[in-house]
Amino acid sequence: MSKVFEKSPAFFDTFERKPSMQKTTHYCPGCGHGIIGKIIADQLAELGLQDQAIFVGPVGCGVFIYYYFESSAVSSAHGRASAVATGVSRANPDAVTISYQGDGDLAAIGTSNAIHAANRGENMIVFFVNNNIYGMTGGQLAPTTLIDQVATTAPYGRSIKNDGFPLRMAEMMAGLEAPTLVARVGVNNPRNIRQATKVIKKGLEIQRDKKGYAFIEILSQCPTNWKKEPKEACEWIDEVVSKQYPFGVFKDLTEEREAVERPCKRVEFAEVAKQLGLVETAASDSKQLEMAHDEMHFKFAGFGGQGVLSLGMMLAQMSMQRNMEVTWLPSYGPEVRGGVANSSVVVSKTPIGTPVVDNPNVLVALNRPSLEKFGPLVPEDGLIVYNSSLIDQIPADLKCKVYALPATDLASTVGTVKAANVVVLGFIARKTGMFELADLEVFLCETFKKPALQEVNLKAVNAGWQAAGNL
Amino acid sequence: MTKDKPTVTIHGDLCKGCGLCIIHCPKEILSASDKINELGYLTTVVSGEGCIGCANCYIVCPEPGAITVVRP
Repeated sequence: MSKVFEKSPAFFDTFERKPSMQKTTHYCPGCGHGIIGKIIADQLAELGLQDQAIFVGPVGCGVFIYYYFESSAVSSAHGRASAVATGVSRANPDAVTISYQGDGDLAAIGTSNAIHAANRGENMIVFFVNNNIYGMTGGQLAPTTLIDQVATTAPYGRSIKNDGFPLRMAEMMAGLEAPTLVARVGVNNPRNIRQATKVIKKGLEIQRDKKGYAFIEILSQCPTNWKKEPKEACEWIDEVVSKQYPFGVFKDLTEEREAVERPCKRVEFAEVAKQLGLVETAASDSKQLEMAHDEMHFKFAGFGGQGVLSLGMMLAQMSMQRNMEVTWLPSYGPEVRGGVANSSVVVSKTPIGTPVVDNPNVLVALNRPSLEKFGPLVPEDGLIVYNSSLIDQIPADLKCKVYALPATDLASTVGTVKAANVVVLGFIARKTGMFELADLEVFLCETFKKPALQEVNLKAVNAGWQAAGNL
Repeated sequence: MTKDKPTVTIHGDLCKGCGLCIIHCPKEILSASDKINELGYLTTVVSGEGCIGCANCYIVCPEPGAITVVRP
């Protein structure tokens, strides 16, 4: 029987990852990943499933699979491949969904995602590439690392007392009711590869027939991080690794399982917008804001707790209610109070390219470091409002109009220093001419439900508005 | 070499010299060479005759496209 063994048509002809390596993978010499990829590609081509296949990639050595397989592919965050694959599978019931994950990805950070996808019996095949180490990051201890195996983070070898036992994922998955096929195979010699090919083909057939979840653990050699020659690494799998992780088919219900059909409701975008309550806003004909520029950039900066984030949020929300395009980008440290924080707001008549504000038209600086940092960035036709209650000295290199607003003192006189940001809101609303006092009052009454808060904030915004008239 | 016999070809520009094909060739016709390819690896070459088309070398090779076996 005539047969040609060559590069599978399920692979791209050229791999566009790097100009210098257009025909080769990024895997190290002798790596099991390359062999596994070849088996999957050969079987996809043989079963004619290449066009139906959607790969979900992991973080780890397998991350680049989208460069290699000429099928659809999605990348996922570390450990989340099974969860992302759930979405892919649910949204594309006719697809062959393939989650390709390593042991750091699936058995450590993503254990819960993997187990729950299996427990739901999602229509997907999971390739769990187990090389019992973190490969891409340089050989750290993984949950699957063998007892006494040396890793960079276990220089004396894995100890049971310190690190627990190596995790047998296939056996755990086989203990669940939902999976249709659970097996462990190897790619360390021709005999094991032929066995692996049979199991992988079966797993893909299960996906073709929509018979639920297939989990195939593959013992894969990592010569680089095991610090062995490829030949010794392959032998080590037979001699040592497979003693901890025995080969076998742990569960196979292919014959008795029926196809799993899940409802997949397709809705038009207009319907989604309606469900989210966006239609009314889009159809509203309220008048757009008058602004000095078609696109205005704002920066609100101060200590954390002074309300610079909520000040930006209030301006953005008010502008959004007037049919403007808006973005709000907060920047803050891990502290809830203290530290420095700022928010960037863009208000525009046209769609906004970036939420980043480098040269604000309007800067509000509630503390001195903020004024020193952002003040010189404001262009000549811009304006700066600084909190003169806390800042007694202003930098010499400011180019634009500068207003000294004693925001903290004004807020204190209306009842609480916390309202300094609302004082500023009243001030800049009048100075920029964007809003009327009545607009501000309506907005604040909608935002603050408690009467006591409403009263304080209305007083604060009025104080700011009056100050803008006097300065 | 006649048309009817199986053939094996190693594409030296794609070979990373891991040597897995060498140890699994039952006819021992593959061997390491001192040729360094553009990727910087010492490549494996076909150094003998008598390929039986078992494709062991193809299936253990991690690189797609590095080995072609034709079984007539």
